[in-house]
Amino acid sequence: MSLVEVTDLTVEFGALRAVDGLSFSLAEGAALALVGESGSGKSTVAGALLGLHRGTGARVGGSVRVAGTDVQAASDEELRMLRGARAAMVFQDPLSSLDPYYAIGDQIAEVHRVHTRVSRRAARARAVEVLERVGIPDAQRRSRSRPHEFSGGMRQRALIAMALACEPDLLIADEPTTALDVTVQAQILDLLHALRAETGMGLLLVTHDVGVAAESADDILVMRHGRAVERGPVGAVLAAPAEAYTRELLDAVPRVGARRTGSPATDEVVLEATGVRREFGRGKRAFPAVDDVSVTVRRGETLGVVGESGSGKTTLGRMLVGLLEPTAGEIRYAGRPHTGVNPAVQMVFQDPVSSLNPRRSVGESIADPLRARGERDEERIRGRVTELLERVGLDRAHYDRYPHEFSGGQRQRIGIARALAAEPRAIVCDEPVSALDVTTQAQVVALLGELQRELGLALVFIAHDLAVVRQVSDQVAVMRRGRLVEYGPADEVYDSPREPYTRQLLAAVPALDPELAARRRAARRTPVAAQRPAPEERTRVA
Amino acid sequence: MNGFAGFVLRRIAGAVITLFVLSVIIYVVFYVTPGNVAQITCGPRCSPVQVHQVAQQLQLDDPLYVRYWHFLQGLFAGQDFSTGTSVEHCPAPCLGQSYQTGRQVTDIILTKLPVSFSLVLGAMVIWLVLGVGTGVLSAWRRGRLSERVLTAITLAGVATPVFVIGLVLMIVVCGELQLLPFPQYVNFTDDPEQWAWSLLLPWLSLALIEAANFARLTRASMLETLAEDHIRTFRAYGVGERAVIARHALRGATASVIALNAVTFGSAVGGAVLTETLFGLPGIGQELVHAVKVVDLPVVVGMVLVIGFFVVLANAVADVLYAVADRRVVLA
Repeated sequence: MSLVEVTDLTVEFGALRAVDGLSFSLAEGAALALVGESGSGKSTVAGALLGLHRGTGARVGGSVRVAGTDVQAASDEELRMLRGARAAMVFQDPLSSLDPYYAIGDQIAEVHRVHTRVSRRAARARAVEVLERVGIPDAQRRSRSRPHEFSGGMRQRALIAMALACEPDLLIADEPTTALDVTVQAQILDLLHALRAETGMGLLLVTHDVGVAAESADDILVMRHGRAVERGPVGAVLAAPAEAYTRELLDAVPRVGARRTGSPATDEVVLEATGVRREFGRGKRAFPAVDDVSVTVRRGETLGVVGESGSGKTTLGRMLVGLLEPTAGEIRYAGRPHTGVNPAVQMVFQDPVSSLNPRRSVGESIADPLRARGERDEERIRGRVTELLERVGLDRAHYDRYPHEFSGGQRQRIGIARALAAEPRAIVCDEPVSALDVTTQAQVVALLGELQRELGLALVFIAHDLAVVRQVSDQVAVMRRGRLVEYGPADEVYDSPREPYTRQLLAAVPALDPELAARRRAARRTPVAAQRPAPEERTRVA
Repeated sequence: MNGFAGFVLRRIAGAVITLFVLSVIIYVVFYVTPGNVAQITCGPRCSPVQVHQVAQQLQLDDPLYVRYWHFLQGLFAGQDFSTGTSVEHCPAPCLGQSYQTGRQVTDIILTKLPVSFSLVLGAMVIWLVLGVGTGVLSAWRRGRLSERVLTAITLAGVATPVFVIGLVLMIVVCGELQLLPFPQYVNFTDDPEQWAWSLLLPWLSLALIEAANFARLTRASMLETLAEDHIRTFRAYGVGERAVIARHALRGATASVIALNAVTFGSAVGGAVLTETLFGLPGIGQELVHAVKVVDLPVVVGMVLVIGFFVVLANAVADVLYAVADRRVVLA
């Protein structure tokens, strides 16, 4: 009998049909990846396996059987016995998925005690045991920490430990690595792999990242609009997709190996940072977020800045725009010292939702830089904004609409239009596509490239995604803990990295080929004990 | 612990500055208030000569800064007052003498404070138990009939003035049912049992209205917590709804309840005028209103400073409790 048997599943939220007649099954111990873009219904399916839609007002049709339990027909009590004990879920955002008020060990013990009749003390001991198993150093002591005292990777390990506490037959992982840095992501995926091999549990992995699916699953199911588009063994589907949508999706995935094509770089230096340093905090608590960084951006050229979270890339970007003053060193624009904000250097922000005022029409938001420059003629403002809207691929009628009426990709186009309004010569883009689906991501990246060629813009492209950066950059700066690790032409940095850290980053990028992924995993295991977090992930090394 | 000590020191310094500014403001406000203070203090039948004498005795003709300086002197060094026949010493901290009765303000406060404290402390216990309990219940039964009834009752509670609830309670309990005699305040030190009985109705009428606020706040912040991701985690792990509510959702509401409680407590010490008046409790609020009416400046300043002190203290205590409740908060 299979572990999961989903037949003709339908989930409706009001008028929206999130899942539309989906059927699949998962054998004991097997691993299936549900892959799709946002809104494809993949997380809704994951929730349905545990009956999480019960009582939320969603209408669920079809049948779901998990580990012998008919989820639809089960009583609340039977459902509680399934949840956590037979099938456990790991959620996307490990910080918000744990209760901020209780120690991590206590939370795991609480879950354990729901399903087993053991003493408080025994449950607590079990919590420490599973925390140890997922590679939390000094687990006995760390189990008394609260979630905010853990790093992102350690929190995700803690959630996985919670899932392991009752030895479930099925692990449902909903975007388990989306909030993590690449090297940490690789560690978590390796951990999931090792745990499966050890316990023989089945895995249902929900992800938007085809690379993550290739790393961790045996089979893949591509979803779109709540339906299955294509399914089969991961290797076969990725190597030879049968459906047009799968091909489109795969084509849009940026490859770390792909070179950037054609860019008429010039010698004209637009932005230049020399030995900049920026400290946060005062006195003894001061620490440099950026330390002794020198970069140059020329007209028509893109500088890619990559690094993991906390590496100082955003701080560098803000200094280049003039939103932050360097503590030491100098930023020069067109050869002159650049202090304060300058209309010629604009910024595009990561989160297109929160960086637009929700109470003002997008036309007004785009007009802001014009008004700030002193333009008062309403006719001219409207004309210019309309022109900008059309330039970034939106409609002139969108002027009077509000941000919530747009999709993520459209909002990012609005952000770009606003940056263009001041007729800048340089734009700093801080994670401009990381909140977007791959297909949308590809479109926005293409738009930026087009604008750059047309207007001769100097671009600074800040991202944690190494593949996207390669796709757009002429020069690449790799940052770590505020310092520049490696800096040079993109092809050199990617094809023959000099620094071990760069090599480590590149090796952690999920490969689209399961065989290559397996080889890399083996390689990662040999030098360091695979299940141990990287040194910087530990807050204290005993 | 260094951080904690620093926090306490900073809070004390902040409180001293706040109280200092407060006293200056009151002096200025009373100085510019129209009306002849000497005339009011002396009484309507005083002759102009008598009024002049009073003004001199109370130093009302001195400039503002001189009077304020005397006030500060009294506060830190003590002061001597002439009562006409003898000289009375008022040791530091001296808040001056009542214009009306000649009693020392510190004495007045010391007799009024226990009454206000008795009222507010007892009421606090009731409003916390009742308010948080109702809030938890309505968050748990959300969307059902019982929750709607509870919400309606608490809304009515918020909207009802204290003198209506108090009057109704008095008429029903003491008048119609004759369960209790009409309340007459008894000191705790005289007879604890009578003290409690005499305060029962004041406690209830003050607490019922505040409880409604607490119920609404508890319900709202619990519902907010219930919508958070970590609640989903525990539900997805089979933790029962009761445990989710009691352990996780209520915990999320504690911080805001603590904050509201500090503010409510602090302001009720001096602000429960209506309750005090209605039940004839000789507390701070009642005394303050009277002192304002007769422009008894030393009493007003003293009372306001004491009330201000309690508001500041209550907030500092709330900050500490807040940090204990939520370890992510750094005391700074």
